[in-house]
Amino acid sequence: MSEARSVPFRGGGFVLRPRRGLSLAALAALLAAWQAATGSGWANPLFLPAPTTVAATLWELAASGALTEHLLASARRVALGWTLGTAAGLAVGLAMGIFSAARAAGLPLVSAIFPIPKIAVLPLFILWFGIGEPSKVATIAAGVFFPTVIAAFSGVDAVPRTLVRMGQSFGMPAWAIVAKIVVPGALPTVLAGFRISVAIAIILVVAAEMIGADAGLGAFVLTAGNLMRTDQLLAGVVVLSALGLAAAGLVSAAERLLLRWR
Amino acid sequence: MELLVEGVGHAFGALPVLEGVDLEVRAGEILSLIGPSGCGKSTLLAIMGGLLRPTRGRVAARGTPPAGCLNPFTYVFQDFALLPWRTVAGNVALALEHHPLSRAERRERVAAALSTIGLAEFARTYPGRLSGGMRQRVGIARALVVRPAVLLLDEPLSALDAQTRELLIEEFLALWQRDRTTAVHITHNLGEALRLADRIVVLSRRPGRIKATVAVDVPREGRTRPEAAGRIAALHAVLWDLLREEARAAARELAA
Repeated sequence: MSEARSVPFRGGGFVLRPRRGLSLAALAALLAAWQAATGSGWANPLFLPAPTTVAATLWELAASGALTEHLLASARRVALGWTLGTAAGLAVGLAMGIFSAARAAGLPLVSAIFPIPKIAVLPLFILWFGIGEPSKVATIAAGVFFPTVIAAFSGVDAVPRTLVRMGQSFGMPAWAIVAKIVVPGALPTVLAGFRISVAIAIILVVAAEMIGADAGLGAFVLTAGNLMRTDQLLAGVVVLSALGLAAAGLVSAAERLLLRWR
Repeated sequence: MELLVEGVGHAFGALPVLEGVDLEVRAGEILSLIGPSGCGKSTLLAIMGGLLRPTRGRVAARGTPPAGCLNPFTYVFQDFALLPWRTVAGNVALALEHHPLSRAERRERVAAALSTIGLAEFARTYPGRLSGGMRQRVGIARALVVRPAVLLLDEPLSALDAQTRELLIEEFLALWQRDRTTAVHITHNLGEALRLADRIVVLSRRPGRIKATVAVDVPREGRTRPEAAGRIAALHAVLWDLLREEARAAARELAA
């Protein structure tokens, strides 16, 4: 009998663990490298101002109230366009999830129109609605509408068939099956779609404001660029990032509230 | 209530799954349906409860439902079919909400159904936090809360491990003794059928036809006793002889 040897261990790795310190360190390292690059003269501050300069400009703009005005103009357009696009998208998407006729009629239309970058139709919306608010809101609503339709009917598709049969087997009326089984079952997919649609809304508001607006973060960033005020430009970009994070935060809060059971 | 299956046949498109099924489920009996996979037993159960319209034949019921019956033909599902966003009590209450009951009566019925199957302390728990056995107890409570006339059990224990299955058989039989609700039970597990059934109907492979009906002539409460072991083993052998070739042939067929 030979000596017993331990069985070699082979099961390590392939497990992701949170490393909070590292996340902060990576962010700090990026800012430090940026600061060092501008401080050492390696980057021209006219084209890439130091993060401290951007922070100071941001502070000034915030204090003067100019930034708040632009931020509010953009946020208002996003809120209005997103709400309209989402309401219409949910109505159409749920109908396409539930009714065969709506699915058959709607799917080719949605498939054909969804890939069009909605900013390409802004000139048309300007002709229809004028250069003011309605054309911008319509562009955002159109951009939000299609992904919401797709999320809503995919969400209905994802509701297990057996749950609907269960409802039928207990004699639940059709409206109750929709309200108590289909809609809540589609909710996780719909909320995941919201994450995408708020991001689209922010992209579109900036693009629309760059084409024709006096107020709004898109107009502000464009003007700053034209004046070579890269510090103001980046300050606007920072605010846009914050706007995106805030919107994503709202979606997360809605998920925590509505999907508590998970 | 009794249930009469008269000349039922069914096809999915060109694929026949059931042919010429005549069957009588007697009042107050548990009838088990066994057969190889794909033989149409779940299709037959769906037809029996009115969830699927058969291509041929019909299903009829005779007798009066018990007092307070809200849903005469009530299913218990293999995958439990619970709403994950509703609590245990909410899932059971779902079966009552579209009926004109007072709030107090609804609450009373739900509480009674939960306590008979030992779920009272889990009333506010979400199904995702329960084991498979507890989830199927919720499924059974939801079926009992409507006071069914006929229980349709669609492989209710197939998704559970052997020990949980044993526990649930004992609990279900204890509950069933109270009301003796007519029940049709589908399974591919011979042991389960031999524990529950008064009669066992053996279906052939697809298209499913009734191949034989075997009465389990051992009193239900004595079936796990050593004295009954010989008779139960003999019945098991009879059933397996009926099934073996069907199961072998069914396994070699391509899935539809």
